[in-house]
Amino acid sequence: MIRAVSALPLALFLAAPALGQTDPADWEAVTDRAEGQTVYWHAWGGSTATNDFIAWVAEQVADRHGVTLEHVKLADTADAVTRVLSEKQAGEDADGAVDLIWINGPNFAAMKEQDLLFGPFAEALPNWQYVDTDGKAVTTDFTVPTEGYEAPWAMAQVVLMHDTEDLPEPLPSAEAILDWAEANPGRFTYPQPPDFLGTTFLKQTLIELTDDNETLMKPADAADYEAVVAPLWDYLDALTPALWRQGRAYPATGPAQLQLLADDEIDLAISFSPGEASTAIADNRLPPSVRTFVLEDGTLGNASFVAIPYNSGSKEGAMVVANFLMSPEAQVRAQDPDVLGYGTVLDVAGLPEADRAAFEALDLGIATLSPEELGTVQPEPHPSWMTRIADEWTRRYAAGQ
Amino acid sequence: MTATSRAGRLRALPALTVLAMLGPVAAGLAGTLLPAAGLHPAAGGTGLSLGPLRSLLDWPGLAAAARLSVVTGLVATALALGGVALLLAGWAGTRAFRALERLLSPLLSVPHAAMAFGLAFLVAPSGWVSRLVSPWLTGWERPPDILIVQDPWGLALIAGLVAKEMPFLLLMSLAALGQADARRRMQVATALGHGRVAGWIKAVFPAVYAQIRLPVYVVLAYSMSVVDAAMILGPTTPPTLSVQIVRWMGDPDLAMRLTAAAGALLQLGLVIAALGLWRAGEAVVAALGTRWIARGGRGRAADPALRAIGLGAGIFSAAAVLGGLACLGVWSVAGFWGFPDALPDQLDTGSWSRHLPGIADAAGTTALIAAAATAAALVLVVGCLETEHRRGVALSRRGLWLIYLPLLVPQTAFLPGVQTLLLWAGLDSGIGPVTLAHLVFVLPYVFLSLGDPWRAWDPRHAVVAAALGTSPVGVLWRVRLPMLLRPILTAAAVAIAVSVGQYLPTLLVGGGRVATLTTEAVALASGGDRRAIGVWGVAQTAAVMLPFAAALAVPALVWRNRRGLHV
Repeated sequence: MIRAVSALPLALFLAAPALGQTDPADWEAVTDRAEGQTVYWHAWGGSTATNDFIAWVAEQVADRHGVTLEHVKLADTADAVTRVLSEKQAGEDADGAVDLIWINGPNFAAMKEQDLLFGPFAEALPNWQYVDTDGKAVTTDFTVPTEGYEAPWAMAQVVLMHDTEDLPEPLPSAEAILDWAEANPGRFTYPQPPDFLGTTFLKQTLIELTDDNETLMKPADAADYEAVVAPLWDYLDALTPALWRQGRAYPATGPAQLQLLADDEIDLAISFSPGEASTAIADNRLPPSVRTFVLEDGTLGNASFVAIPYNSGSKEGAMVVANFLMSPEAQVRAQDPDVLGYGTVLDVAGLPEADRAAFEALDLGIATLSPEELGTVQPEPHPSWMTRIADEWTRRYAAGQ
Repeated sequence: MTATSRAGRLRALPALTVLAMLGPVAAGLAGTLLPAAGLHPAAGGTGLSLGPLRSLLDWPGLAAAARLSVVTGLVATALALGGVALLLAGWAGTRAFRALERLLSPLLSVPHAAMAFGLAFLVAPSGWVSRLVSPWLTGWERPPDILIVQDPWGLALIAGLVAKEMPFLLLMSLAALGQADARRRMQVATALGHGRVAGWIKAVFPAVYAQIRLPVYVVLAYSMSVVDAAMILGPTTPPTLSVQIVRWMGDPDLAMRLTAAAGALLQLGLVIAALGLWRAGEAVVAALGTRWIARGGRGRAADPALRAIGLGAGIFSAAAVLGGLACLGVWSVAGFWGFPDALPDQLDTGSWSRHLPGIADAAGTTALIAAAATAAALVLVVGCLETEHRRGVALSRRGLWLIYLPLLVPQTAFLPGVQTLLLWAGLDSGIGPVTLAHLVFVLPYVFLSLGDPWRAWDPRHAVVAAALGTSPVGVLWRVRLPMLLRPILTAAAVAIAVSVGQYLPTLLVGGGRVATLTTEAVALASGGDRRAIGVWGVAQTAAVMLPFAAALAVPALVWRNRRGLHV
């Protein structure tokens, strides 16, 4: 709550003079104005499970707060960013098409930098009190401080999915992955960078190979970039000939890579959701022999957020949705592998008794590791690393030379 | 209503049509040119600069990507046109041809992305063909590590484009054949002792090609800038230029929009250059053809081989597209389906029950937009063509190119400009603006499908009707429109197909608030869930198949007693 209070003057200063919006901290006023509003939530629509979850959220906020939630299914979050950008260009500052965006990482950094976001609001929401601000990386997004401009709603952590029929034992490190790939050529690949999951694989490998993780928290320009990333290129030069199709083609996205695992074209795949394998097995999208593991030194983790564009005409309704997403009830449902299998952003130990029991009663699924087994979570490097590594990867491995 | 005011209103239609195009085209081009020159304030581009161009040239895959776009476009167009010509030459009027013709509407109705997806699954090392013969024939317990789909030469993409564009060119050719006097030309050629294929190519093809030239150009431009099919079938290291432009558009770094705009201009330049090359090729082929004819050979010996190639091309197209559709159908009801099982281990209709409510909603919106855009386009185009006919002046060449510009400028670069224009006009979001945006893309196709058959209509019919005392309006309604029923319905079916297939215009102009079959299908496809893709792909196909079937069936029914109007 201390955070919420300290954010208050800033919120008043920024929001109030602009359009006479409701102060996020005056929750009663927010819910009053939210009633009857329609919120267009632009969110990736590629997963039936996610779409069904959002439909459930829509029912809940309609029943409780009279907010109509419409899910705008995107193939790419950048489409929503483009929309807000075009509206700003055209002077549509009062009632844009986008009211809420599922966002994180570079998209957030770009929108925040261009002043395309409303806020701060997140830390004034009532359910913020349950969020695990000490144990989970929910106040920074790829090292960029969120400062209340986006509200967290799901935690993600890198796990590796393996088909136990062909690869029975977990591989403890990047070196072990390389050894195994060389012994089993053509059975591993990763989504093609700059796809975020492919870039995540590069970052994860870099963290594995470098001894100096502190450097990665600062902008790449501030470090000796060439020297830091050199081990990564040595590693990939050795790995690429042993990849699926000898690295001459890559799956475009995470789901495409998952499909290769299901088709038995590969035996090892990276995922950014510890529950994804269990959900996919339940959905017939992966064979039941798939399990997950993490690397011994830990794996990357980050949070998914929702943000509100500066020109939304339904900011109060959007805040109601963001607040509901952080509620114990929505969080326990999202973590259920039969629904979504997403990690919670809440501090479960600090929840009221009944809510805690609901979390503890969850069966996380056959291929999902327990929070203890997931081990150390490593923070995301500064976004500049991601950009530079992805660019250079393209130059080295995808330029047809 | 007096005749003068009616004529005056008719005269306004060409101007209105050009206006409907001019605004969006100008905005679209400005929306491409300005950012390419460094002007895009919201993305941090505030002054003229060569930065975007430099960053485009800095991209190491540029040469390979540009080459890929040009080669796949030219090769796919040439193969599709050649296949259609040989098929028509060798088989028109035969039972095999009629069987293929009956497949036309399903072939045309499968959306490009769905076809690409199905084809990719069909031929991949872990795909359906491989599953059907493994392990008993191949000995494969695990799929072999062979690069078939996404090969660096773009062969899989070319195959997919040929399979999908052949039906379109065949449809256009069939519409044109009615006005090409094919039967009598062939009678003369046969009487002179020409072989079937050689005679057709010499006597009929030039008349058909003259009418389908613009559709061929559109196929070329489309094949060079296609995005969805190229993402699925095309190479990725590097991808084609159009795919890379979309990647830049989607880059979180907003400055990359400027690079994308520069790339789009390059794409436009490549398309124009390829069209010029094709035009030059036409002259060369015409010169060679004239010499070939003058040499006087009858070309009978080549008939069997050429007929086999023609039929082979037709069967390839049908098998690829329908096989792809079958893949979608089977996946839509599949339980777990691993390699090397020939079929899923159990049937599961859960995907259908899960998606049907959404499909019903989206289908209503899709039909409304498609019907409105198609009706508007037909009125404008028929009005233009009729004015042109009555005043005896053809739409100027520049006017014609203007109408085709939306098909030549890559959509990704053109649409943000249109979106900004609509926002400025206060028309953002909703079904109305989306219909207008669809009209921009539907209109050229209607013009394209209808223009040449309309102009090829023998004006002596009008003279005879006028001599019998019929007014110009009466000639239009009672003679011309009925006689041209087939091309008109064909144009309408193409228009509906185009409207149903629009992804980016619907998404960008609708602000994401207008959900059609295609926007929902593409969003789901990005998740790679084959069951969901199967369900939505089948639904999308069905939405287009109905009008196409009507376009083929209705004229046959109406003209069952008008032999001269049969094809």
